[in-house]
Amino acid sequence: MISFGLIILVSFFFTGIVIRTKSIASGRKGPGIFQPIKDIIRLFKKGAVYSETTSFIFQIAPGIYFASVVMAIMVIPFGQYKGIISFEGDFVFFAYVLALGKFFNIISALDTGSSFEGMGASREALYSMLAEPAFFLLMGSLALLTGHTSFHEIFMTFHFGSYISYALGVMATFVLVMICMIENSRMPVDDPKTHLELTMIHEVMILDNSGFDLGLILHATNLKFAMYGALIANLYFGVLPLYYSIPIFLVIQSLFAVAVGLLESFSARYRMSHNAQFIFTLSSVSLLIFFGVLMILGKLV
Amino acid sequence: MILIYAILIIVVLSFVIIPFSNSRMKGITTMISVISVSILSSIPAIKAITGESIELFLSGTIVTSIIPVRIDGLSAWFILTINFTFITGIIYGMKYMQAYQNQKSNLSLHWISYILAHTSLISICVIQNSLVFLIAWEIMALSSFILVIFENYNGKVLKAGINFLIQSHVSILLITLGFIWVFYKTNSFDFNSIKDFSNSISIFGSLLLMIIFFIGFAIKAGFVPFHTWLPLAHPAAPAHISGVMSGVIIKIGIYGILRMLFIIQTDYLTIGYFILFISIVSGIYGVMLAILQHNLKKLLAYHSIENIGIIGIGIGFGSIGLGTGNNLLSVLGFSGALLHTLNHSLFKSLLFYGAGNIYQSTHTVNIEQLGGLGKKMYHTAFLFLIASLAICGLPPFNGFVSEFIIYSGIFSGIHNAVFLNLLFIVFSIFGLVLIGGLAMLCFTKAFGSIFLGSPRHIFHYEPHESSFIKLIPMYLIVVLIVSIGIFPGYFLKALSLPVSQLTGISGIAFNPLESTISTTISQVGYVSLLLIGIAGIIFLIRNRFTKLNHYKTSTTWGCGYTGETSKMQYTASSFIRNYRKLAEPLLDVHKFKKEVKGIFPDIAWHETHPKDKIEETLIKYPVRQLKHFLHLFSVLQSGKSQMYILYGAVFITLLIAVPQIYNLIITIIHFLNNM
Repeated sequence: MISFGLIILVSFFFTGIVIRTKSIASGRKGPGIFQPIKDIIRLFKKGAVYSETTSFIFQIAPGIYFASVVMAIMVIPFGQYKGIISFEGDFVFFAYVLALGKFFNIISALDTGSSFEGMGASREALYSMLAEPAFFLLMGSLALLTGHTSFHEIFMTFHFGSYISYALGVMATFVLVMICMIENSRMPVDDPKTHLELTMIHEVMILDNSGFDLGLILHATNLKFAMYGALIANLYFGVLPLYYSIPIFLVIQSLFAVAVGLLESFSARYRMSHNAQFIFTLSSVSLLIFFGVLMILGKLV
Repeated sequence: MILIYAILIIVVLSFVIIPFSNSRMKGITTMISVISVSILSSIPAIKAITGESIELFLSGTIVTSIIPVRIDGLSAWFILTINFTFITGIIYGMKYMQAYQNQKSNLSLHWISYILAHTSLISICVIQNSLVFLIAWEIMALSSFILVIFENYNGKVLKAGINFLIQSHVSILLITLGFIWVFYKTNSFDFNSIKDFSNSISIFGSLLLMIIFFIGFAIKAGFVPFHTWLPLAHPAAPAHISGVMSGVIIKIGIYGILRMLFIIQTDYLTIGYFILFISIVSGIYGVMLAILQHNLKKLLAYHSIENIGIIGIGIGFGSIGLGTGNNLLSVLGFSGALLHTLNHSLFKSLLFYGAGNIYQSTHTVNIEQLGGLGKKMYHTAFLFLIASLAICGLPPFNGFVSEFIIYSGIFSGIHNAVFLNLLFIVFSIFGLVLIGGLAMLCFTKAFGSIFLGSPRHIFHYEPHESSFIKLIPMYLIVVLIVSIGIFPGYFLKALSLPVSQLTGISGIAFNPLESTISTTISQVGYVSLLLIGIAGIIFLIRNRFTKLNHYKTSTTWGCGYTGETSKMQYTASSFIRNYRKLAEPLLDVHKFKKEVKGIFPDIAWHETHPKDKIEETLIKYPVRQLKHFLHLFSVLQSGKSQMYILYGAVFITLLIAVPQIYNLIITIIHFLNNM
């Protein structure tokens, strides 16, 4: 419950921090950190234009996408406090429920019959497929290390004992950050600020959404950011009491947002055709984590 | 006993009635017959699955000796699955075949084969006498052959059918070989003697026996590399046959594998690794090729291979669990496999019926020519969507439950596994996840390009929704798909007997961790319900908001271009182009294109033909070589009857002369020895 509330709270200003960081890095003052959520509220109040080509899929998809993200957030624990939902193997549910949202996002893009949106849909489907093994291998390694299979128990028992475990923590953070960037179609893979449809992924898929639907989709992105931030923060909590963990949580989320902003300011987008290889290499980082775990457990022959 | 006679009487009666009734009545007779056979066979099955295993002995003949009929949990599970799919198949098929109502004799044959296939499948599940089992298996193979080649006037269909027939017989040959080996050693046809026999021989021998049976059944089930008949036979068959075939006929191979695992006492660890490896390869290979297909039914056929792979992963982990003594792993592995067997039979038959609806309203199953059907075939689109989500293993549908069980098994085995085991575990996590992701790519492509967007082709007749009767069985399947997704606990309870039988820890299958495992699985159901609830609430809120604000419709945003855009929309091929580029080194895609050139270009085109590399190297190449070799003897086929008479004469002379000469030589040797 705590994590759910906090993630919702952070989602209100996460993208704001990212945008602010980018503005400052490029020498501008930039909007306030609550500007994105104000935009979304404005979108909620607006009317919408629907394409004549679209069918019922286009109407229901944004809602299901948003619901899937909300469900995924419910699974996330907060240190020693369980998420709203917690059971053995809940990270499988986490990944699959996000995939459900993505499925609807993709088919809603195809529903418009547009020449652009199919392009984004195609890329989204391919990249998310390639990113998935990395997440599962990461969680599998952590499950192997801790002997538990739910987010809550894994994070409860995961603690830093040796140098290898620090390395694991860093690599796990790296993998989670990268997965987050891919899922949200951010910088090394996709540039949300590009103005050319041919090089977009996520943005081009939602070209035809407007009004309430667009607001839902945009806020789902914010929620996803905060959700992955919470996952990363969970790696470092352990069993700290609340009056430590809540500030740490907020600090880590803000740091994550600043890092995203900096990453987007100082790096260039990869070539579209090389993205697939890049994403797939994440799995090899996850494999490194797996072998690190084997070393800790002394199972490496 | 009475039930068996009742079933036989119904079957024989319908054989008599079908040829003499008109086309409409043929279908109805078949339906009545199939439904009553299903009801009669479900009675003992339900009894067996709730704990009352049935065993009776038919007297048999001198050749077959006593025929034991045993209905245990495992058979019961398969009987119930078979019955459900065959009932939906017949209701759907009855309406589907109305399009062919002037081919009366062909229809009679078709419906008789349908009943035969149904009854033979049920008997395969219960008969435990190897000779009679083989007879039932043969009837099943032949009747499904006839079912596949309904459109036998089409050369392609016949060719696919014959390919299917030959491969089924290779499978029968291997199974027969296994049975002969056992019979030769034990002189008994009873399955129980296989158990004793496998106990008596060395571990190597029992492994070999198991592998012979496995390959025999794997050809039927469609594991890679024994899958090559599947993608040919499915598109050739009528929709309801494809559905039934993919839903249950290939599953009988799974039944065979499970039955043999249960009977043959062997080194379960090795066989587990073996099955696991083949299954992961099947899963990934199946879906990798499925994505590239342009023919919807072929795409679905390749998906069957993928799903058989997932079932196999469950079986593999089940037997690894048996081998290592990890009860939890084997319980989860086998229950995942069995549940996925049911699940796949549901959503795959639904998908094939959907493909049938598309075919009958547009007369094509080429994905590239379809588009925008969602607005004209609202029900079919909705049903196809549910099935697509279920086959991708997404919550809140049934596919997720069975995949979740298999994942739980994998992760439960991970902590106290040794290194080799761990490598396999990582390999299978990787495989399963990749399968899931690729399946999503495949079904967003299929659903998106068939039902969404604007039409890509102008048909002579406007596509229209299928008749209500065809939709009834489809909605029936959806009800089951959703209820397994939301209330998996009940279905798991039904599974506990077959699984406990397989794991051999009789009666206590779910007890070791009953509290955690079943509650976890039921929790998955509640969570799925919550997901539906949240999505519903958000949708309601959205509707409130959109009602407050005004909205309008307009053309799709085209970067300023507002003209006709249906030709500009993304096609199925372009949707998967990035993937094709990645997968090309692994697969064999033949590509032809004509580029756009010049100031006034003519029509440009682009074609891709995905080839099955394994089929090329394993079937087509050896067949070509064999043909080449046999061609050497074509000299003999001169066409002159004199020559043929001469061959006959030579043959008879040799037949008489060879033993004579042989005797002569022996006498001479004797004579020389005596000298």
